[in-house]
Amino acid sequence: MSATTAPTSAEARTMTGADIVLQALKDNGVEVIFGYPGGAVLPLYDAIFQQNAIRHILVRHEQAAVHAAEGYARSTGKVGVVLVTSGPGATNAVTGLVDALMDSIPVICLTGQVPTHLIGNDAFQEADTTGITRPATKHNYLVKDIAKLAGVVHEAVYVATSGRPGPVVIDLPKDILIGKGSYTAKPVASHRSYRPQTEPDGEAIRAAVALLKRAKRPVIYTGGGVINAGPAASEALTQFVRMTGFPCTNTLMGLGAYPASDPQFLGMLGMHGTYEANLAMHGCDVLLNIGARFDDRVTGRLNAFSPGSKKIHADIDPSSINKNVKVDVPVVGDAGRILAALIEAWKADPTPVDREALTSWWRQIDGWRAVRCLGYEQRGPIIKPQHAVKRLYEITQELGRETFITTEVGQHQMWAAQYFGFERPNRWMTSGGLGTMGYGLPAAMGVQIAHPDALVIDIAGEASILMNIQEMGTLAQYRLPVKVFILNNEYMGMVRQWQELLHGGRYSESYSASLPDFVKLAESFHAVGMRAETASDLDRVIREMIAIDKPVIADILVAKDENCFPMIPSGAAHNEMILGAGQSGGVAGVTDEGKVLV
Amino acid sequence: MPDPAPTQRAATIAVLVENEAGILARVVGLFSGRGYNIESLTVAPVDEERRLSRITIVTSGTDMVIEQIKAQLDRLVPVHTVSDLTLEGPHLAREMMLIKLVSTGEQRMEALRLADAFRARVVDATTESFVFEMTGAGDKLDAFIALMKPLGLAEVVRTGVVAIARGPRGLQA
Ligand SMILES: Cc1ncc(C[n+]2csc(CCOP(=O)(O)OP(=O)(O)O)c2C)c(N)n1
Ligand SMILES: [Mg+2]
Repeated sequence: MSATTAPTSAEARTMTGADIVLQALKDNGVEVIFGYPGGAVLPLYDAIFQQNAIRHILVRHEQAAVHAAEGYARSTGKVGVVLVTSGPGATNAVTGLVDALMDSIPVICLTGQVPTHLIGNDAFQEADTTGITRPATKHNYLVKDIAKLAGVVHEAVYVATSGRPGPVVIDLPKDILIGKGSYTAKPVASHRSYRPQTEPDGEAIRAAVALLKRAKRPVIYTGGGVINAGPAASEALTQFVRMTGFPCTNTLMGLGAYPASDPQFLGMLGMHGTYEANLAMHGCDVLLNIGARFDDRVTGRLNAFSPGSKKIHADIDPSSINKNVKVDVPVVGDAGRILAALIEAWKADPTPVDREALTSWWRQIDGWRAVRCLGYEQRGPIIKPQHAVKRLYEITQELGRETFITTEVGQHQMWAAQYFGFERPNRWMTSGGLGTMGYGLPAAMGVQIAHPDALVIDIAGEASILMNIQEMGTLAQYRLPVKVFILNNEYMGMVRQWQELLHGGRYSESYSASLPDFVKLAESFHAVGMRAETASDLDRVIREMIAIDKPVIADILVAKDENCFPMIPSGAAHNEMILGAGQSGGVAGVTDEGKVLV
Repeated sequence: MPDPAPTQRAATIAVLVENEAGILARVVGLFSGRGYNIESLTVAPVDEERRLSRITIVTSGTDMVIEQIKAQLDRLVPVHTVSDLTLEGPHLAREMMLIKLVSTGEQRMEALRLADAFRARVVDATTESFVFEMTGAGDKLDAFIALMKPLGLAEVVRTGVVAIARGPRGLQA
């Protein structure tokens, strides 16, 4: 099913399947592979050994290889590449693949497979990889004919990176890797069947602008689609938001597309979003969604979501439109092209905006802002987790170093999203859709490989970090100075919070018992360990951590019972959000329908 | 406040796909993974030269769900075209059925008379059995099966629906 190919200089050379794979990757601009060897992929490892164009990073677990590739992809805009062996290598990679699928991250995962004549025989380390990964990938291939191998690799890169990006698996039987075939160059013709629409329909753009121009209470809400469309899309978003004078909010995945410090930015929206962002969503009369998918974490109770608004939804993936929320103006296309078209159409439409209405809308928003929903008080020696993130942010700002943040999953992730400001895209990597604990450390590894001189920090929880802690070994081997900043509350804090609010304070199995000594753990992995026990230690530890040119684990002992607010309890509406501990009585009102939601 | 129950509709969807290994698994997996109904699904190669197969799916759901089904199908990499025959104008839908009757005497005669009225053909006969072949819309097949029940109906096999638009409109790859 590969597209027709045009002959080039690389044409018609005969080589082994393993060399074909590497050549095709190289021709697609691939420079790094994250992988782990095994019997079925030995021919590929042999080929890797004999060349220098592509660097291989040896991880300690295949799941981490995929997250590293995700971190690499999200911080560079390039495709991330993974290589794992058959059977357990492939099954270990599955969590990473689903993570990349949910968050639309372009990843190519090469999996070894038993030789074609043994497929289906329950051979040693055989797994039905294409069967297992079919719902875990955007697309997958089993290569049974070496003549198709180069074409499949080219096509896989095209599929992973175009339209809505995602992970693609190429399953490679060992005989295909060893056999000889001819190399075919990258095709010039377009794909036979997969040609996603990138250019938006002009009529839809004009309809969108007509609605926006007449809005009295508009909101622009953007997601990961704007980040995926490249830095130019974020610039266009900033330009568009400023020329309209409208308020802008980002999803968890969309942070960094609009500068956090800008007065028109309302902060993140959704379950742990700001009061002003969520109330603006609730009260707006025109909503422009670009590259976000009306996820349940954002909408809250669907039938109470933004009840009075006309909705415009711009997305590269038509299946995201009208999936959860019925919209008035659908626009299919690439977020960057859409924003460019919106800017042009905005200039071309002579209708003046209703300045008066907009001013009173901003006055209302400023009233919500005055609630200072992210306010907290750092009093006494116990470090508030919010304060730890805030100080980390302020100190990195002060130092002015290029900084990338990854996270694990839990309260610390939400605090990172709330208190760390992102001015530019591609600096923030978090597992949004799947919510995969163990994402942050390997993702940080991938970021650091791509940006060797940057400051890369994994804001972690003490429970999550243990899910891929083995990657400390990878950091040591490649001298990757990643900083692991653990907000150690000795609880699976997010679980504890739900148990407190929804399950009568019965903290079933959510205590982080028998934790390792993270300082000694760091040392045993040839890294530096440090600890902040009281508020007076915090700044010093942060500064030391950043100053050390080695991997560091900073164990920040924080308040154990802090909850993450604001919070829209599951099944509640945006205007039913809880602002803080004093108000948590409101959670008693969570309905049984709300309780079944995750 | 619960939403009023949205109305369901049936949809016959035609899908042109690459004729390649795994395509049916992708389509079926999409339906099971997302909890969509499949009332009937048929597939066969239709263009050897261009390696195309055509799938006909009969499903049901709210308008929103059916739009989702079409968008999700269209998103599959080996899918060329998705067409909602139910929405896009008049179309023909046909099924083929083989139906076996085991009976003797007057019941056999009655079955033959009915088969004739329904334009079912006898494709196999023994002294105690018939196999009829019948093509038509699903409800016609249903009606015939109902009539055969008291007459010694032993076995039924149906192809599932194949469908095509009426008039000059066609599905382009
Ligand atoms: C792989 C995986 N397993 C389980 C969960 C469910 N879960 C979500 S947050 C959380 C607790 C995380 O604890 P910790 O890393 O200490 O972060 P905190 O919430 O305390 O900041 C759990 C168990 C998950 N998201 N991922
Ligand atoms: Mg914790």
